[in-house]
Amino acid sequence: MSDLRKLNIDGTEYEVPAEYTLMQACEEFGGAEIPRFCYHERLSIAGNCRMCLVEWVGAPKPQASCALQVKDLRPNRDGTPANIRTNSETVKKAREGVMEFLLINHPLDCPICDQGGECDLQDQAMGYGRDTSRFEENKRAVDDKNMGPLVNTIMTRCIQCTRCVRFITEVAGVQEIGLVNRGENAEITTYLEKSLTSEMSGNVIDLCPVGALTSKPYAFNARPWELDKVDSIDVMDAVGSNIRVDSRRDAVLRILPVTNDDVNEEWISDKTRFVWDGLARQRLDRPFIRDTSVGGGGKLRAAGWDEALAVVAEKLSGDPAQIAAIAGDLCDAESMKALKDLMESLGVKHLDCRQDGSLIGGGARAEYLFNSTIAGLEDADAILLVGTNPRHEAPLVNTRIRKAWVEGGLEVGLIGEAVDLTYSYEHVGTSAADVAAFADAGKGFAKTFKAAKNPVIIVGAAALRGEDGQALLAALGELAAAANVIRDDHNGFNILHGAASRVAGLDMGFLPGEGGLSTDAILDAAQQGAVKTVYLMAADELDTSKLKDAFVIYQGHHGDNGAHVADVILPGAAYTEKSGLYVNMEGRVQMADRAVSPKGDAKEDWAILRALSAKIDRVLPYDSLNALREKLMADHPTFMSLDTAPERAAFDPAALGKKGTLSTAPLKNPIEDFYMTNPIARASTVMAECSAVIEELQPTLNEAAE
Amino acid sequence: MAELLQDKDRIFQNLYGLHDQGLEAAQKRGAWIGTSAMLEQGSSWIIDQVKASGLRGRGGAGFPTGLKWSFMPKEVGNRPHYLVVNADESEPGSCKDRDILRHDPHLLIEGCLVASFAMQAHACYIYLRGEYILERNRLQAAIDEAYAAGLVGKNACGTGWDFDIYMHHGAGAYICGEETALLESLEGKKGQPRLKPPFPANAGLYGCPTTVNNVESIAVVPTILRRGADWFTKFGRDNNKGTKVFSLSGHVNTPCNIEEALSIPMKTLIETYGGGVRGGWDNLKCVIPGGSSVPLLPKEICDTVLMDFDALREHQSGLGTAAVIVMDKSTDVVKAIARLSYFYKHESCGQCTPCREGTGWMWRVMERMVVGNAKTSEIDMLLEVSKQVEGHTICALGDAAAWPIQGLIRHFRHEIEERIDNYRSDKPTFVQAAE
Repeated sequence: MSDLRKLNIDGTEYEVPAEYTLMQACEEFGGAEIPRFCYHERLSIAGNCRMCLVEWVGAPKPQASCALQVKDLRPNRDGTPANIRTNSETVKKAREGVMEFLLINHPLDCPICDQGGECDLQDQAMGYGRDTSRFEENKRAVDDKNMGPLVNTIMTRCIQCTRCVRFITEVAGVQEIGLVNRGENAEITTYLEKSLTSEMSGNVIDLCPVGALTSKPYAFNARPWELDKVDSIDVMDAVGSNIRVDSRRDAVLRILPVTNDDVNEEWISDKTRFVWDGLARQRLDRPFIRDTSVGGGGKLRAAGWDEALAVVAEKLSGDPAQIAAIAGDLCDAESMKALKDLMESLGVKHLDCRQDGSLIGGGARAEYLFNSTIAGLEDADAILLVGTNPRHEAPLVNTRIRKAWVEGGLEVGLIGEAVDLTYSYEHVGTSAADVAAFADAGKGFAKTFKAAKNPVIIVGAAALRGEDGQALLAALGELAAAANVIRDDHNGFNILHGAASRVAGLDMGFLPGEGGLSTDAILDAAQQGAVKTVYLMAADELDTSKLKDAFVIYQGHHGDNGAHVADVILPGAAYTEKSGLYVNMEGRVQMADRAVSPKGDAKEDWAILRALSAKIDRVLPYDSLNALREKLMADHPTFMSLDTAPERAAFDPAALGKKGTLSTAPLKNPIEDFYMTNPIARASTVMAECSAVIEELQPTLNEAAE
Repeated sequence: MAELLQDKDRIFQNLYGLHDQGLEAAQKRGAWIGTSAMLEQGSSWIIDQVKASGLRGRGGAGFPTGLKWSFMPKEVGNRPHYLVVNADESEPGSCKDRDILRHDPHLLIEGCLVASFAMQAHACYIYLRGEYILERNRLQAAIDEAYAAGLVGKNACGTGWDFDIYMHHGAGAYICGEETALLESLEGKKGQPRLKPPFPANAGLYGCPTTVNNVESIAVVPTILRRGADWFTKFGRDNNKGTKVFSLSGHVNTPCNIEEALSIPMKTLIETYGGGVRGGWDNLKCVIPGGSSVPLLPKEICDTVLMDFDALREHQSGLGTAAVIVMDKSTDVVKAIARLSYFYKHESCGQCTPCREGTGWMWRVMERMVVGNAKTSEIDMLLEVSKQVEGHTICALGDAAAWPIQGLIRHFRHEIEERIDNYRSDKPTFVQAAE
């Protein structure tokens, strides 16, 4: 940044960094507004829309400011700095001209276009265009293309800015959109009229500056100015993507990304974006009690809150050694804290937030975090993935790895299932035992990894299940110690979590107490009758068949696996319906806001537990969400630092896990179907459609790979 | 009448294919003589000689060749240097490179070696127009001969310089003659021009320093070095030095390629070598002096204008590739320009907005003007649209599409107006094919 050049922008002289583009210089220093269509900060520069032309006094032609760097400008002949004009007559005419060209073949169907009201073309036509059209010929029409169940195409509106092409090839890493033909016949196409296979495809909707690519599920639902917009946090995975929830009255109508360079940049995955229709289906909107009376048929019947809470209170008043509580993947920190406080006050020791059966946590915080941070992956020069498919478990982590890989200087190795990650990697093994072999190897990627300056290990939380997982963790700890992964200035040991609630649960110690059972043990004990009452808080990814004989209390928002075996259902709030804290895999605490109200009689989860505590005479010491948060932060100070990843802390990798025999069984990726990983997604018809489309494409994808 | 170029001063001694194009015959005509001695003088000597000769690029833009070469990095860093020869001659009216490739390929290959050596490039790519099949065979045969004779390849001409030459056959897109689109195409991508900067001398083929030169610019270099820069500067006016192959086509009695000195009067050129305008000089309507992309000139200007870069620029036209398209009074000039507009609409790559949208618009308006189905005010609108395209695009194809129309309106506005009036008074113009 030290190389500064003098530059005259609109008559004022500035000192501008040499590597800035003219557009950056004019906007940041000159305070000018430069219109653009094709330029996007996070994509390569195409310079094809020609809307950002500015005048370089003395140059024969106006210059595309998005592409020209300050260092490429020569000073004037008399030695004074180059003069740039962003508001001269030349510039005005150039913009008018480009605007006119863009509009001559663009249909004027704004009244029926979903982009209306948030359309770059509309806005810039108002700002920079002429008031009338001089074009008297026929307009061009373009066939619409099939981009799958998510992206709606009205290709006649396309202005060929190629943002979508660049996003899909550069960021998403699948070569499925391109520009074919030439001249005025140029068209954006998917080539084979097949659905996009990227789990990031929805971002092209945001990128499209016009209404050519719009959201299919949201089609004709609302106008942007009718919507209430609330910033929130996504819970589909443990990335903690920043999102904006748009709703009208009590319906969530769409979800959009909010820029956060440290987390999701400007993207979100398709599951995050399109899961909202699941929020309106399969909802638990009132308490239910299983009718075990004669003639009741063992079916669930609707009940009032008082009745349901009374049943639960009675059950929880029993022997605490026979009670267990499991927190699911989508819980906010406050409700987990309330459940934990309640259970501890009852003397219950069988607590676990690790629904997937892993045994991590309990030790230093750095032992279970994604220590290098998501943005920090860009500094890595060698990444070893173990037992994970980041493309499905955390698509935005995968795009970060791809970003670093595209920039060059990064090599990737994988131990586990070989899948298409959108970047090349060396498949160095399939099982936990291969980690030990990798540690001893000295060729290929193993050599690169050991010689790397900033090596990074990413292990999927799912690979750390049970005792085998502990042995794997110990082996990875050894590898980390040997390969310079953990230093004072670099911590490349990462656990990739799949669940939004997990790190918060580990942070607050939502773990088995002295002599308590962990998830798998709880399930076994319930099957054998040792545990008689199980409290599931939005826990659905379990083997619920083991819970048949236990009395199951299910607190949650969707009628899914957990609710099917429940004896009492306490309807809670989904993530868009409550304010809550979430801690992402990096240990970053983020707060989500409430966008809409819980459905029907459902209540916010902490309030249910507070009411329940009063029924069993174990009143929780907080009457408001704020008081609960204060207690949470007082007990667990890590929750106090909002929005920042924890300081880099070195730790002793030798303490990780428990040494044991490494399994030679192949590591399996936990996610078989990316679109069906949680109750909300399973309730969504859009996700079901995506899942079916991908299923259908799968054989051809495999054939193509051979 | 100005003195004509003598045969002994012609660089392309076999432009008409009257002799054999093979190595032995080419050597008899002077090719490959003293090549190693030229290289021994060093690269900076070669560049200085080319600079001193005043050679300007023969591909259309007329940029000084020696200056262009000197933009290449002085030292070879971690990226190799490349020379790329643009043999994608697709400009309507231009066919000079075709005859060089067919009949004097060894001059080109020798030039490639000399130029590559001057720019410290060990490899040279010749990008050949897709339609040039015979030329491809001839050129490849010549390259093979040169390899067999040790003139190129390892230790080229015994100088110790390793030099490889590759011929790449394009697929017939006009836009691939634009230097950066050519590089894209050569790299195996879609032929769309790149943004400049970075210029090819900095980041060209595969991101390495590259110079792209026209066939003729490269092929004349060995002869200039052999005969000396002084010899070359004897021809033409200041800043327009040397000899040049002109392509005469259209309504001349004997269409031909002819090497002549720059700054020769257009009338002399046409009368002497083209056998005069069909029906005599007074039957001349207009001339496009430099290939389809430059504005046409009416007879009044053609009477006196000199054929060089600066003289034609003074008349708001250009020398371009020196492809002289002559049109006599039988020509429907509006239709002729409309046909060129169609060509540019067809060849626009579609990458950037003004060209993609503008070429189609201009062509459609032109087609209406051919029959007169337009408003008089649309002439000014068309001119303005052409100005909106010109200078606002990534590459020069936008300019090339705009200039013919601007030339037409500048010199033949009355004819368009007449047609519009006729159409409005129910006397539509009968349109003839522009032949």
